Amino acid sequence: MSRLAKDINEQIPWQEISPGGEIYEGGTARLVHTGAWRSDVPVWERDKCKQCLLCAPFCPDSSIPVTDGRRGEFDLDHCKGCGICWKVCPFQAIHMEKEVR
Amino acid sequence: MSIRERLSGNEAIAWAMRQIDPDVFAAFPITPSTEIPQYFAQYVANGQVSTEYVTVESEHSSMSTCVGAAAAGARAVTATSSCGLAFMYEMLYVAASARLPITLACVNRALTGPININNDHSDSMGARDSGWLQIYAENNQEAYDNYLQAMRISEDPRVRLPIMICQDGFITSHAVENILLEEDGAVKRFVGEYRPEHYLLKHENPLAVGPYDTCPYCMEHKVQQAQAMKAAKAVILEVANDFERTFGRKYGFFECYEMEDAEVALVLIGSTAGTAKACIQKLRAQGVKAGLIKLRVFRPFPMEELAAALSHVKAVAVMDKSEGNSGCGGPLFAETCAACYDLPVRPMLIDVVYGLAGRDCRVEDVEKVYHHLLRMAETGVTGPRYLHMGQRSNAEEVL
Amino acid sequence: MAYNHKKELSKPERFVGGHRLCAGCGAGIVCRAMTRALDEGDKAVICNATGCLEVSSFLYPYTAWEDSYIHSAFENAAATCGGVEAAYRALKKKGKVPDNYKFLTIGGDGGTYDIGFQSLSGAMERGHDMVYFCYDNEAYMNTGIQRSSSTPRFASATTSPAGSASTGKGQEKKDLTEIMAAHHIPYVAQTTFLGNFKDFHEKAHRAIYTPGPAFVNVLTPCPRGWQYSPELLPELCRLAVDTCVWPLFEVVEGRWMLSYEPRKKLPVTEFMKLQGRFKHCFQPGNEWTLEAAQRYVDQRWEALLARCLGS
Repeated sequence: MSRLAKDINEQIPWQEISPGGEIYEGGTARLVHTGAWRSDVPVWERDKCKQCLLCAPFCPDSSIPVTDGRRGEFDLDHCKGCGICWKVCPFQAIHMEKEVR
Repeated sequence: MSIRERLSGNEAIAWAMRQIDPDVFAAFPITPSTEIPQYFAQYVANGQVSTEYVTVESEHSSMSTCVGAAAAGARAVTATSSCGLAFMYEMLYVAASARLPITLACVNRALTGPININNDHSDSMGARDSGWLQIYAENNQEAYDNYLQAMRISEDPRVRLPIMICQDGFITSHAVENILLEEDGAVKRFVGEYRPEHYLLKHENPLAVGPYDTCPYCMEHKVQQAQAMKAAKAVILEVANDFERTFGRKYGFFECYEMEDAEVALVLIGSTAGTAKACIQKLRAQGVKAGLIKLRVFRPFPMEELAAALSHVKAVAVMDKSEGNSGCGGPLFAETCAACYDLPVRPMLIDVVYGLAGRDCRVEDVEKVYHHLLRMAETGVTGPRYLHMGQRSNAEEVL
Repeated sequence: MAYNHKKELSKPERFVGGHRLCAGCGAGIVCRAMTRALDEGDKAVICNATGCLEVSSFLYPYTAWEDSYIHSAFENAAATCGGVEAAYRALKKKGKVPDNYKFLTIGGDGGTYDIGFQSLSGAMERGHDMVYFCYDNEAYMNTGIQRSSSTPRFASATTSPAGSASTGKGQEKKDLTEIMAAHHIPYVAQTTFLGNFKDFHEKAHRAIYTPGPAFVNVLTPCPRGWQYSPELLPELCRLAVDTCVWPLFEVVEGRWMLSYEPRKKLPVTEFMKLQGRFKHCFQPGNEWTLEAAQRYVDQRWEALLARCLGS
């Protein structure tokens, strides 16, 4: 009987659900793809990006991954398209487009 | 070897706490439980315990502190009465639903209002549906013994529910009586260490506690919690049996006193049992077949066992030391009626609400109830089922 | 140690995506910056008051927190955290907890200024080694933007709406940071989201690593409640600071220190005009509200300057 978040779903019987609603691992929200909420999508223009990283801390959805001092591509699984990164970029290296699904 | 002493109920509880040396004690004073944190503070000041003693600014925070501490992996305790318990109300449910085995020493006092500091059971009865185990004591000895058993029951992985160890305010909490205490080492061995499977400070994995629990999951959690309350019955008896083997004093869900051939009987909780026993001895000497069931465990409610114990009785008075405000009786009456429903032949049942806000209940008062039951048994007429006793009245009362 | 933005941003994320906060919600930014201020290797327990953040960041079975987390109720996050911290001390001295832990509590202005105020005051007075972060979005957002004691005067909220007979909330915003400073705890600060987050980070780090209780108040714009387009959050934070509506300062061991003084103090209308909650203030006949708002900000700012100068 697994009590990992990935195995807990709306079919789980009461005998198997974790007591008191406890969860025994961190960051299980990653399993939820809030990117589906998006109506506008940020587009990163790498050639214009100076890697100043002013965008990254402003992201409420932890969707601008930074490794070794450099940002990478947007995490569109979780980005909700709020546009803060677009506004805060001093080099116009991010623009917003209509989401196409 | 047990040690003979003379202690009040409050000091007996504080003594048990010292022996157990819990990790966290969240303390806030309220009459009549105030002495418990006071005695304990002195143990802390004298270096007799290693407990983190947290002097919170309210009972709401004392229960919140216990919730945080228990979730973090600590054995957490507190003590309160009356309005203090009422102020914790929201957190009582949180503690139970988060499945945190917290131990609360409840020194029963009337719940305001109007404000009154004397004993009745309206405080803990108000919390009867909160998901806490509730065990009641007749005297200081039982309060002490129940406290020693509390953690073994509530921390059991089959239970994982918080527990209230209740005693009557002033009558038990402040009266100094003889008591048998157990040795520190024996108590520590009996109670054991708290070893939760998961806790916030666990090295191997983080723990998240207290989710927003949506409709698809919340009912499953509540059913699981209800199951734990049912499972607690077996655990309570297991722990009582081990307690008897270890310390020689016997406990169960309730005490049957002269019940074997009883034709009339009382069901009650707490210190009034002593008064009732004195009355029974007097009546038995006159040939009256009177008996008593003193309920020890109210949550979980020992429904089948109580029904079986009452099955041969002709007339029963349930003595409620709290007003149910239901218009038809107190909480103990409601539970007892429900318990007896499935009996092929039910006893006649009445409710006697008594002793509110410290109103005295003497042997003569109890005797009146037995005589009323005898009349009921004789005539076969139950009459009014919801009675009050002990109040002044300008009309002729049944009791 | 000097703040190194790139190094701090390269740390593993401790508040992950997939939570259910609204697009552009400032609370998510607080949680990320707050946990980023923890030194790597230190563990933390997060205590959270009921509110938008709680229902969004731990919706069973999905937690956005990499660290241990506890929510118990609305009005008691500080007392709950105090319990966790007391348990840590108890278990640590018994050798039962090998790791080093920090204790962070977070609540909105409802859970902090109002219903949780007693619990906060008590926990701070008792001296628990913990930090309380308030994400102050100036109204009860989770229940639908009702006014709180933190809502500024003239803001329209659903229980203090503007109308023909009302110019929004009638009372001034409670100065909670000052009240917390009056607890004479080792560290109190006010910050928000600016530039490379140096101000936030340094205050959060100091708060976490100062032994004893600390309080950090973070102005946290809410696009729904303040009625602005989400991408304007950085601009609103900047304007809150440059108009002196939300001054940046610290109180370290009782010493008041200004963190930032705008080169040119902007009129408060610059901050207000971007937000729908103040829209009515700009209607003809309501000019007096803008004047009153300006007078209040000036008066509070002068008092703060005097305090920092004399400290």
